[in-house]
Amino acid sequence: MLRSLHIEPRKCTGCLQCEMACSYENEGMFNPARSRIKVFNFHEEGRMVPYTCTQCAEAWCLHACPVEAIVVNHATGAKEVLESRCVGCKVCTIACPFGTVNYQQATGKVIKCDLCGGDPACAKACPTQAITYVDADWTGYDRMRAWASRTDAQPATGTPA
Amino acid sequence: MGWHNKVLRVNLTAGTCTPEPLNAEWAQQYLGQRGLATKYLVEEVDPKVDPLAPENKIIFATGPLTGTAASTGGRYSVITKGALTGAIACSNSGGYFGAELKMAGWDMIICEGRAANPVYLFIENDSAELLPADGLWGKSVWEADEIIHRTHQDPLIRISAIGRAGETGVMYAAVVNDLHRAAGRSGVGTVMGSKNLKAIAVRGTSGVTVKDPARFMQATAAAKQVLADNAVTGQGLPKYGTQVLMNVINEVGALPTRNHRDVQFEGASHISGEAMHEPRPSDGKPNLVTNQACFGCTIACGRISRIDQKHYTVVNRPEYWSASGGLEYEAAWALGAATGVDDLEALTYANFLCNEQGFDPISFGATVGAAMELYDMGVITDAETGGLQLRFGSAEALTTLAELTGHGEGFGREIGLGSKRLCEKYGHPDLSMSVKGQEFPAYDSRGIQGMGLTYATSNRGACHLRSYTVSSEILGIPEKTDPLASEGKAGLVKAFQDATAAVDSSGLCLFTTFAWTLGDIAPQLDAACEGEWSIDRLLETGERIWNMERQFNLAAGFTAKDDTLPKRLLTEPAKTGPAKGKVNELPKMLPEYYQLRGWDTEGVPTGETLSRLGL
Repeated sequence: MLRSLHIEPRKCTGCLQCEMACSYENEGMFNPARSRIKVFNFHEEGRMVPYTCTQCAEAWCLHACPVEAIVVNHATGAKEVLESRCVGCKVCTIACPFGTVNYQQATGKVIKCDLCGGDPACAKACPTQAITYVDADWTGYDRMRAWASRTDAQPATGTPA
Repeated sequence: MGWHNKVLRVNLTAGTCTPEPLNAEWAQQYLGQRGLATKYLVEEVDPKVDPLAPENKIIFATGPLTGTAASTGGRYSVITKGALTGAIACSNSGGYFGAELKMAGWDMIICEGRAANPVYLFIENDSAELLPADGLWGKSVWEADEIIHRTHQDPLIRISAIGRAGETGVMYAAVVNDLHRAAGRSGVGTVMGSKNLKAIAVRGTSGVTVKDPARFMQATAAAKQVLADNAVTGQGLPKYGTQVLMNVINEVGALPTRNHRDVQFEGASHISGEAMHEPRPSDGKPNLVTNQACFGCTIACGRISRIDQKHYTVVNRPEYWSASGGLEYEAAWALGAATGVDDLEALTYANFLCNEQGFDPISFGATVGAAMELYDMGVITDAETGGLQLRFGSAEALTTLAELTGHGEGFGREIGLGSKRLCEKYGHPDLSMSVKGQEFPAYDSRGIQGMGLTYATSNRGACHLRSYTVSSEILGIPEKTDPLASEGKAGLVKAFQDATAAVDSSGLCLFTTFAWTLGDIAPQLDAACEGEWSIDRLLETGERIWNMERQFNLAAGFTAKDDTLPKRLLTEPAKTGPAKGKVNELPKMLPEYYQLRGWDTEGVPTGETLSRLGL
């Protein structure tokens, strides 16, 4: 069974523990500049939103790569960069509609989320469960459940807490 | 590891930026941030220097845990001789700036001299340069932030800046980073302004490493669990912020009200953390939009608020309709209870202005409270205020003065002096509710006795963040003591002062200590840094720092006579509440405190004490 990173921005506090966990897992240091996940702060609206690769089934980055350096890990569903094969041409960074594949000056290669081989560090580090790692077929489960709890109740409006 | 062992020395007079190695021996004795930067300051600056002279220096310092995955590991401090006090100043801030400075590869920045023309410091990893700030001078913190981001076309730059308050000489100007986090107290922003240094902009991509990564990850994970499981750090602070205290402190009769005339505020519930959650009648939305964390913080006590668009302060002014940093307890108290104003939206607006123009809401609100008392007595009249009626409880007076003070205009220039200079000027020095020139925070020491000793002996003037005995006296952390008793408080204050000095030197936030003891902090430091960092060593380091700061103040001209409280707190009993009839019993506590500190009866550390601490 495949799992997906599931992001609930409403729970994010902007602490960047996910970025530190990601860079520690992948680079052995605390360095948000090398994180595969990024938290965006929409200050004027008071919203913080973590964002990373969603592991497209038909991945633009994978198809665009001229040297087949991006491959599918069938155990996790992640599209992984083979660093030994990547030539740093950056075509994948153009192909990705979401901007989640990025070039690193320091290495001359690209980096993207690889789900940490099936145990994503960001989800483990998130103190508010804004990032979880759940059944890929049921990312809507909790939201469905919250609404389901209302179906036989008295009429109500708004989003369940 | 932990430290980068790299200091950036910026000579503003010469216009040079020079890297130098960190003094590793001092790092072992003073840890980092508050302790280590103060060591640099006392070695390099004459304690008698005019705080606003080029000979004073201003240091921006991170701790060894800044920029790591330790919870709250994003703090930095600004250390200088304070403009407001003339004493040692160390103001601590969160947000993201401190971690970014560390990510760029620097432990601290020492700024010295004075630039001939306004400049800002731009740091990109190893490279640092002073750039002309012609287009920034005269701008607010918020405008400067936007202009710098636009100029460098880099949204990831983190910025620490002064606003117009720091330029126009408000004596309690703050250094504001990330738009609404502040090194707020003692006039550190005034010193920055005196040096013609408008801002420091940093982009860091080189990362932070620690000594023993595996042990560090274990230690930080265990410590994060302690924060999550604790009722204050796991529930109270995320939901209500520090504003969780407003109703609590009011009920125990220790909420200073109307310049400390009263100890309970009838409007407290209207300006409380609970009130910030209540939907407003006008638009059906609460004042609070969300909570927000600083870098690395798993508590997330920060408040993000939005002012009611129909409120008189912002009607037809959409520039103030966006969400921004909301009220924390100290600001809500100073802008509210100290002035008798219970209009939550007016306080939020005044707080926005404090962030926008860079001035300390505590000293500002307390100074407005003092001015209102002088107005009430007829000492300050409409002639001085330009017709503005400074009545206790007047939201309009408060918000107008916030505008005037932020811009250095009209009667705002008088308010910008701080309460000590203001009350002296009008012939009533006793009405300044301050110690060593710095205004009290939100705890009345008649109702919380230990705080009287805390304030009287604080090295940076009246302050709750030097020994927060409220934890013990009100909240029962680590154990409950009687807030109305002065017995045993000397030892309590000393213990809190020493531990706090260590925490302030680590890169961590003091608020963790609602849940953490040094026993939770030591393993994190020890895994990150060279040297054996135990609880005992941290306490000794804290005591060393405290005595070093004391020595600086004594050399600056302070004496035991300055370890006191305003007459009101020592002679006018609390009128209501549990502390009714009480004054602060400082005279009972102070001699014992000196003795416990190893100081003589004049409050001077003895030779034995100094040599024991290696000073």
